[in-house]
Order: sequence, then structure tokens, then C-alpha cells
Amino acid sequence: MLEVRDLHAYYGKSHILQGVDLNIAGGEVVSLLGRNGVGRSTTVKAIMGEVPPQGTIRFKGQQIAGLPSYKIAHRGLGYVPEHRDIFPGLTVRQNLLLGVKDVRRPGKWRLEGMLEMFPNLAARADTPAGVLSGGEKQMLTICRTLMGDPELIMIDEPTEGLAPLIVQQVGDLIARIAEAGVAILLVEQKLSIALRISHRVYVMGHGRIVFEGTPDELKANDAVRKEWLEV
Amino acid sequence: MLELIVISTLNGVLFGMLLFLLSSGLTVIFSMMGVLNFAHASFYMLGAFFGYQLTKWIGFWPALVLAPLLVGAVGMAVERYGLRNTHKHGHVAELLLTFGLAFAIEEIVSMIWGKSPMDYRIPAALDFPAFTVFSTNYPAYKIFMLVVSVAIFVALLIVLKRTRVGLIVQAALTHPSMVGHLGHNVGRVFMVVFGVGSALAGLAGVIAGPSLVTQSDMAGLLGPILFVVIVFGGLGSLPGAFIASLLIGLIQTFAVALNGSLASAFGPLDPSLGPSVLTDIWNVTIAQIAPILPYVLLVLILIFRPMGLLGTRET
Repeated sequence: MLEVRDLHAYYGKSHILQGVDLNIAGGEVVSLLGRNGVGRSTTVKAIMGEVPPQGTIRFKGQQIAGLPSYKIAHRGLGYVPEHRDIFPGLTVRQNLLLGVKDVRRPGKWRLEGMLEMFPNLAARADTPAGVLSGGEKQMLTICRTLMGDPELIMIDEPTEGLAPLIVQQVGDLIARIAEAGVAILLVEQKLSIALRISHRVYVMGHGRIVFEGTPDELKANDAVRKEWLEV
Repeated sequence: MLELIVISTLNGVLFGMLLFLLSSGLTVIFSMMGVLNFAHASFYMLGAFFGYQLTKWIGFWPALVLAPLLVGAVGMAVERYGLRNTHKHGHVAELLLTFGLAFAIEEIVSMIWGKSPMDYRIPAALDFPAFTVFSTNYPAYKIFMLVVSVAIFVALLIVLKRTRVGLIVQAALTHPSMVGHLGHNVGRVFMVVFGVGSALAGLAGVIAGPSLVTQSDMAGLLGPILFVVIVFGGLGSLPGAFIASLLIGLIQTFAVALNGSLASAFGPLDPSLGPSVLTDIWNVTIAQIAPILPYVLLVLILIFRPMGLLGTRET
């Protein structure tokens, strides 16, 4: 479904992505692991068009590199950035409704269903989203992107800075998205979640992919874990 | 005295609402693009001149609708072909673009219409006293201006708070790139907002033109006060702009109307100082210092509350 070939990206003069290759099939859950600053977030941003990409990015067979991000979103790619960009002045309900790309063609995720799934959000449907807790904000950003009915959703560091119980809930939500048949590209630092729900994992180091395999293969590969993941 | 208060309050609210027609657009454009649009008052002037010209050709009422639309179209073109291309070169380039545009518009206007005031008259249908307060006849046209500004204010509020487009605009004010990731065309939203902001400034020009003076320096006269309003209210804050508009409208009107001075306040106790520098200060009337009052306010707010009344930014 998503095919990335020899992807390069720059911040000013620094060469952040130095030829990233990755694939995600329809309905597949893939994690992108690695330490801070190796280019995981930049990879996702380049795919989404927020950082100018160089190279080939094909989504459902069509080149999307260089398109503005709203057009990429309309092709069926969802993106949840790492800083939980909720719209603080708008209510929870309004935040969710803005996730809908085209009101004439509602997707499989509905507002009512979403609120049923998350009693926390339902209870605060009409309060400004700015007052939510960190975990609730994270749930809201993921749900908001789902409202746009993506076929592939890229989620950047969803569990960063959250309490263990909330991390568990975010993990459950991601598993539920996968069950609904949506492909997922998860950028994570916590191995536990990534290994629990992923079909495949990529490990990044210094702007390129240094390992690709199943969670079990990664668990068995001490060398890769020592060199690229453990602190 | 009561008469003075009633009339000045009416005039002050009217001037304030007029300021709000301009400052609302300016402040929304600022929060979206992070750039002060120096040409905003020029759109107001364009509105007045378009209104004058169209009134001559097709009458006041069609001009009231058409002139703001024309100004809005000019605004959209400026955003689409000017600001959008300049954006990648940073805020300074954008700022300079709007700065140059303000001069260009002023020059073009005085080339076409000359430098003397236009004979832009109040339409006959509104040229009568609406009511009499004590001994003063209050003109119907001023009531009309007030009604138009309030109607636009209410319409703006409904669109922003109750419609999907309004929600997208509100979200794009703070998180433009996230709005783009959700599949909304932020560039188009910017262009439309810039157009609507310009059209509102144009509308203010069309209705203010006959009542104030339609002249090629009107942008330069109003522009600075406009900046005071949005800085005072808090850059990017619509409610702030509303409060500041009314406040500055009222302060200016009352200051002009009150003809007191320190000397008259003391009345018979006035110590005769003889001719000195102090006598000049002693005899300055409030009306004389009225024009500088907004700037005094600006300095005070920048010292004591740099983010403005309701602003959130620390700039």
C-alpha cells in the first residue's frame, strides 16, 4: 500500500534522511523504532509532505512525494503528529468533526461510535479540548484522524510522556484500529507496545533503516537491540 | 452635560464598531499568517473610493454590496499571487510586501481620483434626522452605519462559531499544518479569510466614506489607530479587538467632545502663573490631546501588559 524508496530529507543543510526504504501492505501494523534523533519522525513528516521529500513515495501505486499534505490526506493517508495538536479552543466534538474530510461522504468511523468507545471523551464532548489530560488529548488526536477514514494511519510517539495505565489504553486503541483493517505505521520508543501489536518492525539509525523483520526476529537479535535501541 | 454623554456614547460606539470592522479582519489575518498587514487600511480606502465611484454609476445601494466584493477580490488576489509566493522567504518579506502595497494603493488612488476630497454624499434616502436627543438631531445615516456594523459583527460571530468553515478557520488560526493533515486546504482557507477581511475593511470604507472624508490620505490617518486597537486588544484575539475597538472609539469621541483643561478644572482657584511654559500645559484642552490618547494607551499597555488585553502571545 505504501512504498518508500530511497527517501532523503534535509533540515537546512543537515542531511536527516539518507535513503530510507520501507513498505507497508494493506491492513499491516508496522513499527518504526530507533533512538531519538535518528529520523523516525522526519520519515513520517516527509511522507506526509510536511518536510520536503526527495525520492519515491508511492501510496496505492501513485507517487505522492511533493503533493501538499491536504491532498495526501485525501488519498487516504492519516497522520497523528507527536505533539498532540488538538485545537484547544474547540470542543471535543468539534475537534472530532474537523477530522471528517468530506461531510458528503462519511466514512466507517462515526462520531457517535467514537464517543461510545471512549466514555471519557463522551463525558467531555462539549468542553474545550484544551482542558483534557495528556492521555485524553492523545486519544482525541487519534480518533480525530480516524474520522477522516484513512486506509493507513501514521502515529508518531503516541505514548510519550503518558502514565503506564494510559499507555496500555493507547495500545488497546491502536490494536482496535488494526482489527478494523486500517494499516498502521507506528513510530515508537517503547518496545513493549511495538512488539506486542506489530506484524513487522523497522529499526532506524543515522537516517536509514538498519533492521527489518518480525517482532520475534528483533527479540532474538541482541546485536541490533544493543547497537540501535538500548540506551 | 447629559446630552453630551448620550451623543458622545452613540458616536463613540459607532466609531468603535467601524474600527472593529477593520480590526477584526486585521487581527484574524495576523493570527493566521503571523504577519501584520500594513495594507489593511488601504483596503478601507479602496472601499471608500470604489463606493464613491460605483455610487455615481449605479447608485448607493448596489455600490454598498459591490464595492466590498471588489475589494475582497483585490485582497484575495494579493494573498494568492503576492503573499503566498513571498511566504517562503519569511515574515520580513511578507511585511515589506504589505508595506509597499500600502504606498502603491495610495499612489494609484491619488493618480486616479486626485488628492482632494471626493463629493461622496450620504444617500438621499438616509439624509434625515433619525431622532432628536434634547436639542441635537441625530442623523439617520449614523444609525444606518451602526446597524450595518452590528449586523456584520453578528454574522461574523455566527459563521465563526456555528459553521464548519468557521471551525476550520478557528483551528487554522492556531494549528494550520494540523488542519492540512486532516485534509483541509489551508491555502484556500487563508485566501478566503484574507478576502473576507479585506472585504470587511472595504465595507467600512463604503459606509464611512460619506460620513467622514473620502480622500487619498484616509488610509494613512486611520492605519496607525488600527494598529493601536489590535495591539491593545491582544494580537490575534477577536474578543480583544472588539473590546479595544469600542474602548478607543469611546475614548477618542469623549476626549474630543469634552472641552475641559486643567485650568478650567480648577476654575476660580486657577493660580495665575503668568506667561510661561507651564501656562501652555495648564491650558491644553482634552480635545487637543485627543489624537495622542490612543498612542498613550498603546505605550501603557506595552509597558504593563505586553500581550494586550486578551492576547496570549508574548510579543
